[in-house]
Amino acid sequence: MKKLNLKSMKKQTREQLFTYTVIIVVYIVVQLLIAAGSMSSLMQGLLVPMCTYSIVAIGLNLCVGYLGELSIGHAGFMCVGAFTGALCTKLLEGTITNKVLLLICALLVGTVVAALFGFLIGIPVLRLKGDYLAIVTLAFGEIIKNIINVLYIAKDTDGFHFAITNGNAIKLSDEGMWLINGAKGISRIPHLSSFTAGIILILVSLFVVYNLVNSRSGRAIMAIRDNRIAAESVGINITKFKLMAFTISAAIAGAGGVLYAHNLSTVTATPANFGYNMSIMILVFVVLGGMGNFRGSIIAAALLTLLPEVLRELKDYRMLIYAIVLIAMMLFNWAPKCIEWRQKIVTRLKKNTGKGAA
Amino acid sequence: MNFLSYLINGISLGSVYAIIALGYTMVYGIAKMLNFAHGDVIMVGCYVTFLTMSRQGWHPLPAVLLSMVVCTALGITIEKIAYKPLRRAIPLAVLITAIGVSYFLQNAALLIFGADTKSFTSVVTLPALKLADGALTISGTTIVTVVACIVIMVALSLFIKKTKAGQAMLAVSEDKDAAQLMGVNVNATISLTFAIGSGLAAIAGVLFCSAYPTLTPYTGSMPGIKAFTAAVFGGIGSIPGALIGGILLGIIEILGRAYISSQLSDAIVFAVLIIVLLVKPTGILGKKMQEKV
Amino acid sequence: MKKFMSVLLATAMVATCLAGCGQKSEGASQAAGTEAAGASTDGAVFKIGSIGPTTGDAAIYGQAVMNAAQIAVDEINAAGGINGYQVAFKYEDDQADAEKSVNAYNSLKDWGMQILMGSVTTTACIAVTDKTAEDGMFQLTPSASSTDVIINDNVFQACFTDPNQGTASAQYIADNGLATKVAVIYDSSSVYSSGIEATFVEEAQAKGLEVVAEESFTADSKTDFSTQLQKAQSAGAELVFLPIYYTEASIILTQANGMGYAPTFFGVDGIDGILGVENFDTSLAEGVVLLTPFAADAADEATQSFVAKYKEAYGETPNQFAADAYDAIYVIKAAAEKAGATPDMSVSDLGAALTAVMPEISVDGLTGVGMTWKATGEVSKAPKAVVIKDGAYVAM
Repeated sequence: MKKLNLKSMKKQTREQLFTYTVIIVVYIVVQLLIAAGSMSSLMQGLLVPMCTYSIVAIGLNLCVGYLGELSIGHAGFMCVGAFTGALCTKLLEGTITNKVLLLICALLVGTVVAALFGFLIGIPVLRLKGDYLAIVTLAFGEIIKNIINVLYIAKDTDGFHFAITNGNAIKLSDEGMWLINGAKGISRIPHLSSFTAGIILILVSLFVVYNLVNSRSGRAIMAIRDNRIAAESVGINITKFKLMAFTISAAIAGAGGVLYAHNLSTVTATPANFGYNMSIMILVFVVLGGMGNFRGSIIAAALLTLLPEVLRELKDYRMLIYAIVLIAMMLFNWAPKCIEWRQKIVTRLKKNTGKGAA
Repeated sequence: MNFLSYLINGISLGSVYAIIALGYTMVYGIAKMLNFAHGDVIMVGCYVTFLTMSRQGWHPLPAVLLSMVVCTALGITIEKIAYKPLRRAIPLAVLITAIGVSYFLQNAALLIFGADTKSFTSVVTLPALKLADGALTISGTTIVTVVACIVIMVALSLFIKKTKAGQAMLAVSEDKDAAQLMGVNVNATISLTFAIGSGLAAIAGVLFCSAYPTLTPYTGSMPGIKAFTAAVFGGIGSIPGALIGGILLGIIEILGRAYISSQLSDAIVFAVLIIVLLVKPTGILGKKMQEKV
Repeated sequence: MKKFMSVLLATAMVATCLAGCGQKSEGASQAAGTEAAGASTDGAVFKIGSIGPTTGDAAIYGQAVMNAAQIAVDEINAAGGINGYQVAFKYEDDQADAEKSVNAYNSLKDWGMQILMGSVTTTACIAVTDKTAEDGMFQLTPSASSTDVIINDNVFQACFTDPNQGTASAQYIADNGLATKVAVIYDSSSVYSSGIEATFVEEAQAKGLEVVAEESFTADSKTDFSTQLQKAQSAGAELVFLPIYYTEASIILTQANGMGYAPTFFGVDGIDGILGVENFDTSLAEGVVLLTPFAADAADEATQSFVAKYKEAYGETPNQFAADAYDAIYVIKAAAEKAGATPDMSVSDLGAALTAVMPEISVDGLTGVGMTWKATGEVSKAPKAVVIKDGAYVAM
């Protein structure tokens, strides 16, 4: 029994190493291309968003794929991470001049606060099941977005000022600075995100989730997913492990949010970037990439972020084509008939190559 | 008096949510999938009515009937192409495909009808009801919407209880495989559900646009998500639940806006939803699922 | 099997990536080639790029900008171009999202853009200003009206700033004695709307107006306004200020009519376009006052010619976004002529040259006569107050 475990462990380690290597190879290839000047501005600009969405997709995959709970509120955690991270940067900008250090601080703050939100929201939410759980996560995401839109925080010589729903209540002295200005959100955020930071963050997130799912806790989490009652009967503390996975998932989404905020000079909470639309988009990455398959999430996130941009030549038709491709990819990946057909093709290919070798 | 008129506004908004939620809940009950494209089918229905009624000058009745036919056909087509092949796949896969269909419909409408806002003429010609010397006004559209909502709900309930096809739907929603063994044509039943749901979407769309008369390619997405919330609120899968959920959601939205803060009205609606679901985890009229070991 | 698939996908990804950039540069040079072919003698053209939403729920504004700018560019090219050089124009969609706007900007850079006329929406524009500042590119936004947009030196606005509109509206109401009790209905999730609202309320209070209700809605709940109207009504507001766009305003007017509530409705430039909404009952808008730099049925020749061309080409009445965009292209032309710019200048040289002459030029456009710019980037032009009578604007 032990031997078998060891063997399977080894296989998993091999898989993980393979993933890390592929990411690093992609990173090196991209850097070489940039150095050679053969990468367009568009592609260079897309690198950080691709990393951002990959990270959030990894986070959500932990929740959907391993914990087996559907969340359509992960954009809310991204939002929390983005705003707290950016806030941290704005406050520390004067005292810390090193950009890397500044980003690390923002990441820490954003991740921790997002984790805290994940924990607090997780306590009530995880009592629910299935689509009810999904709608409650959606509700929390929308509440976060709504509150941030009417939140005013400013700083001047008298200290901090807070107001909700009415920014006019804050009268600032001349040196005063708006930190969060209602719907205007946070502006003038220093540009700290880079492709390197994004790749490192992907690797770190992968490291965290791989270690989690292959640990004792990870097996407990999967046991809960597969059969909650059986898991409970063998003494697994359901609440604890569910909360653990959900919190880590939220934290990773928060880290993605920090990266998002520091890639743009302004961050606002709109339905397009932190609303349910984004949550669903991330869910699309996860399902398309395969549930519980982190590598798949990264590939799906990168491909689907890239797709509308490379289709720019099609002008007004590009979003239509994007929708068609999305449907086609889902059918190709998930329809039982397609899966059968694909397997047939693969076996035929294998036969052919086998013959060729012989 | 103010309270009463807020309440009427709430019921008016709520009954529109309810009528959209009926479509969601029916499809969910039988196919166990969240049809995110439902809101966009509504939008298509509105455009059909707009084109025939406002541009061609048709009478509202044939215009609405045509839009029902178009929506039903659209619903069946979507189901055949995008959902049916995934019937044996995991439920999430269908959800994502539904989102793809939703994007498709929005962008197709954008290309065909353009982005500019259209003003929808109300199909309801009933005069407004004035009570208490004009201090309270109930618009004709509100009356028609509430009545339509109740009629549809009763008709649907009767259809499911009394007809063979309705019984088949019930059977499929309980247990797909067992229903198949009993000789129920599962595929046809699901297609029928989509057809009815989409036909209802056309009515919902026309009433929605009559009450709130602007029409853009994105008209359907927001009420769609609100109606989905309403359906869950009332207990998804339950037809009277959709009605109650929709109307309660409308009332909470309006009262929250009136008495707490209009800036925070979205947050208030969702906060109430969360509290209700925590107290009653399957919605107001939801069935409690027995867990099997 | 799984592994095989993912490796396959991964390679596909890298391949798409590479193919993507390959195609891009190819496509860009091709586009440049075809457009330059019809151009002036030595083939050099000014490449003006523009960004705005043509899909997504703000598409209506971005499409107006795209269409109007195209008209202006065609006119300029027909009249011999700028400094004798033809103008190539390219428009990219950003879905009104900051991140996608930056993508659109990068895509335009690959095309070889030298001057940017955009972005259309505020948040997206702020994100892009950061990039143009890095590249030293000249940027003129037709419609992003927040003061945060013009923080960088290289960015100018063709429209009023939000605070400007809020203050001007409050002053106009107070000075002309339109009302003493006012209510505001605004979009708390929109930068534009909440920006105007904040300064309006501040100035209104300073002017002695009583703001009896400050009600809002959000992008997620913008269908029903009965509550906001009712609160305004029971607070006794004689005037309702609407710093919002006309799509929502048309519902507000309909619902107020249904309630039998008839205060003076006072709008800003976002309301312009309400008379052009297909099938809209214009009698509902009777008596609406708005402060706008542009009126589609103004009697002057420039406006009439523009409106006629726009209607002919796109079948719609142009709104204020369209007018601002049309003017913006002519402002770029004026600045380039003043600076004696040529297309062979580098992007940053061109940017510096245009930025330097902006405070010196004066442009007569659709949205103002004798428009001038401060070095900060803000435009100075006078808003006109118009009232809607019998389905048409009448100057007040």
